[in-house]
Formats: sequence, C-alpha cells, structure tokens
Amino acid sequence: MAELNDTGPELDVATLRKDFPLLTREVNGHPIIYLDSASSSQRPFQVLDAMRDYDETTHANVHRGVYGIAEEATRRFEAARVNVGRFIGAPNPAREIIFAKNATEGLNVVAHTWGRANLHEGDAIVLTEMEHHANIVPWQMLATERGLTIRWIPVDDEGHLVLDDLATLLVGAKLVAVTCMSNVLGTLNPVRRIAEAAHAAGAVVVADAAQSVPHLPTDVTALGVDFLAFSAHKMLGPTGIGVLWGRDEILSELPPFLGGGEMILDVRKEGFTPNDIPWRFEAGTPPITEAVGLGAAVDYLRAIGMETIRAHEISLTTYAMTSLNERFGDDIRIFGPPDPADRGGVLSFAYRDLHPHDISQILDQYGVCVRAGHHCAKPLMRRFGVNATARASLALYNDESDVDALADALSEAGAFFG
Amino acid sequence: MPGLEDLYREIILDHYRSPRNRGELVSPPAQRVEGFNPLCGDEIVVTLEVTDGTVSDIKIAGTGCSISQSSASLMSAAVKGKPVPEVRDLIRTFKGMMSIHESTLPSANGGSGDADADEISEPEAIDIDSLGELAALQGVVKFPVRIKCATLSWNTLAQGLDQSESLA
Repeated sequence: MAELNDTGPELDVATLRKDFPLLTREVNGHPIIYLDSASSSQRPFQVLDAMRDYDETTHANVHRGVYGIAEEATRRFEAARVNVGRFIGAPNPAREIIFAKNATEGLNVVAHTWGRANLHEGDAIVLTEMEHHANIVPWQMLATERGLTIRWIPVDDEGHLVLDDLATLLVGAKLVAVTCMSNVLGTLNPVRRIAEAAHAAGAVVVADAAQSVPHLPTDVTALGVDFLAFSAHKMLGPTGIGVLWGRDEILSELPPFLGGGEMILDVRKEGFTPNDIPWRFEAGTPPITEAVGLGAAVDYLRAIGMETIRAHEISLTTYAMTSLNERFGDDIRIFGPPDPADRGGVLSFAYRDLHPHDISQILDQYGVCVRAGHHCAKPLMRRFGVNATARASLALYNDESDVDALADALSEAGAFFG
Repeated sequence: MPGLEDLYREIILDHYRSPRNRGELVSPPAQRVEGFNPLCGDEIVVTLEVTDGTVSDIKIAGTGCSISQSSASLMSAAVKGKPVPEVRDLIRTFKGMMSIHESTLPSANGGSGDADADEISEPEAIDIDSLGELAALQGVVKFPVRIKCATLSWNTLAQGLDQSESLA
C-alpha cells in the first residue's frame, strides 16, 4: 500500500455502503460489484429522501407564485444553487451557478453564448486529444459555423498532455477547452498551469470537470479557469441536472442561451429584455426536484470530506493497479498515468486480445459492472490505436473486495475464451 | 438471465478465432463499404465483387468483438458465390431473426414472457432452418445490447449491394 499524502480519516466503506440501496441488489446471482461510477454514480438514501421530501411537501413552480409553498420551493431551489457554488469555491455562487441538463449542456451553453459572441472567422481555439466528445463536438459545430481553426494539445504514451509546445499552440488562440480529469485515462491535468498560459495569451479557459468534481476537492479560483461544467449524476445526485459555473464578469456580458420564460425581465411585441444572471441561461421551468437532490449530494460529499474521498480513491487505485498487474502481468495493459497520484480511479484496460464488449459481457455474469466502448472519446481511442477499452471506475463506495471480484471475473473471462 | 452458452456457441467462437474471408479486395473494381457501431467503436470494412449478378468474392476487415467478427465471418461464407437476390433474401431473414422479440423465443427469460409467446404473431415467418450455421447467432437476441454487433456486417453488406447496383 502506497503512503498517502493525505492525513484525513480513513473511509469506513462498509458503513457508508449501507446508504446506497442499489448496492444491496444481486446481478445474475452475485452481489452487484458496481465499477461504472465514471458513467453514472449510485445515489444514497440522503439524496433520494431529500428529493422525495421536496416532492411530497414543497413542490410548486419556482420564481412564480406568491403563495407559501411556491416561495418555499424557490428558496430550496436557490439554496441548492448557493450550496453547489460554495462546494466548488465560486466567489459569487448565487449569480455564477447556472443549472443545465448536464455537463454536456453546460459546455454547449458556453459555445452558444460566449462562443457566438466572441469567436469569428479565422479565430483559433485549442482542445486536447483526451477530451470527451462533449468538449469537442460543440466546438467543432461552432468551428464549422464560424470558420474557426481547431488546434490540439497532444497526449503522450503515459496519458499525460504534452505541453512543450503550449505557448506556440496558444498564439492568437481565443479559447482553450480542457478536461480536469480524463474519463478514459484518469489523468489529472495541470489545469492551473494551462489556464495561466492561456490567459497570458489572451484566451478564455473552459474546464470539463465532470470526472473531477465528484472525486477531489474543487476550487474554481485556484484552478484559474473562466468556465467549469459538471453533472450531478456522477456525484451521487440525480440525472437531469448539471452545472455550468462562469465568472460573474464574463456571464454578465453574455447573451441568453434558450429563449422562453424565466430568462426574461420583460417581453413586448417589439422585443425582450433578458433577465439577470444566472436565470438568463435557464429558460423554462428548471429541474427543481433534481436541484434539491444535487444539493443533498453535495451535503453528503461534504460531510465525508473530499480530501478523505480522494485519499481513499488513491489508495484503492494503487491497490487495483498493483493487484491487476501482479495477477495478470503482460496479459493486462492499464492505460493512463502509472502513478496513482497523477490520476483518478478510472482504469481503462486491455486484457489479452479479448474485445472489451466480450469482457464486459462475461464480467456481468459475475455481477461485475464495467463499461466497454470508446467512452465518448474517439480521438483519444485513435491516439492509442484501439477501438474500445474496458473501463472499471472506482468511487467512494468501492473497496478492495470489489477489485478482487473484478480480477476473479477477469480470470474467468480469460478461461472462457481460452 | 440467459447463460453465456446461449451467446457464445462453439461455432461462433470458432469463427471468431479463425475468421473466414479475412482481408480486403482491391477497390476498385471491388465495392468497399465501411460500417461503424457507435456504441462500442467497432469498425468493419466489407469489400465485395459482384459479377453477373452474383457475389463472386467478398472479404472482411476491421476489428470488433467476438459477436461482430463471427457474424461477419459466417456471413462471408454464406453469401460468397450466391446470386444477389438470394443474398438479399438472406440479409432479410437474418435481420428478421435478430429482431424477434425476446418473449417469442422458447428459452427466453422465463416467466410472463413465455406465457405471451403464443399470442404474438410474427409479422413475417422466419425460416431459421434456412440460415444453416448462421442460426448459431440466434442466441444473441437474448442479449439485446449485442444485436447491433451481430447485424453490423449485414447492414454494411446491404449498403455494398446498393452501391454496386447504383453503379450498374
């Protein structure tokens, strides 16, 4: 076991697991081994109960009614916004947190509003080879529409960004879009360093934090980025809601996203006056129950402590990498940084010449849930010369027994295909 | 949950380990079509030659899981040397087998599904016996996520036939 930098208390996984009802079920006659939290995490009672409580006692539309429960609903909705904002260190949480459908929509909001207002023919934008499609395609769409040039920060064989030529890539660039943590390799990127270089070159920085916010402490000021997006359903919250954080001074200058109710101050036949931020970007009735659920998820994570969660996941990632490598030797190839301190608990791997789809299918027979596919990162897959990988991803409710079950099931898959 | 042996029949594993008609024909003159499975990233390349209304040669390249690879291999063996209309019939029959609802299969997921089986009338009778070795793939229907793996090469072949006809 590696020595941990963190001195936080150890996580009591056995106790914590009791909060997650789904983790008590069986799959194909085996207790479920859920190793796909990078896709979507499970929800604790605390989140499910908060949503149910809101629905049963408080629900009404927000920002509309004058009556009591409408006011209460609005208060709970806006309290969730401030709660989430504080969780990521937003300087002005009540104004800077925009609720979107998910991280994908959050990134699209930036492309539609900031992008359309600021990017013009011939402008350059910089992406990395390890971005999720959600942080590639919105920019490609805008590039086609506006005639932009896209430059790419390459990835080395260990799964780190190659930043040697960063200064050159940034010359004349207007925007840099980078993931805080790769959903395939687990790589934790030096976002602060990239943001400083980008700002020095006059570019704005958009961070995809969908994988990092659920697993490590986040402080948008320390990161030094201008926009940051993440999803509730990867951080113990519900689907249907995500967050875009943006700097107040930038958001204040932006045009609206979608048109409709809530995003206006006034509408006349001749035109409309947009609402203040953040509502300017939230047309229509928002996901209110989901916001309450996200707030409860934040409370849950905060009560455990993100430092403690990070320490647990470094320890578990170390165990997983060591035990899988020892047991399978050259038969297994784990992608991404070899040092667990440089990465999150996302373990993409190739096992012998078995196709990831076949691996996942056989693992499922033993109750082990892993993702198989290109993980919405096809440019990165091409970079590593693979069509797909199998991916086991760890979370706070996983422990060493889950890793052992994965290894056992992998042995069975190997035996099956001979 | 059906067992793995329903999915990974011996004949499937055999075609996976030793795929038939592997490679690419020179194109042109051969038709070359690429197929993608956006779910898992599988890519397949079908090259085929149609001579006097017959699929005179076919080769399969690309990478994929055992189901997509074995289905492609079985397909290549089944259609090589067959007249185009027969190949089209085979594609229709195979895709028909892949679209049978789970509950109509005798050994499907048990319970209520079986009770309904007699009441569901198939829109078109599918002669699974006519598929020969290809019938080994019928267990795939019990694993709905894998159906696209099995049909990838067949859809790609259909595209190749369309392409060759539009040029004729």
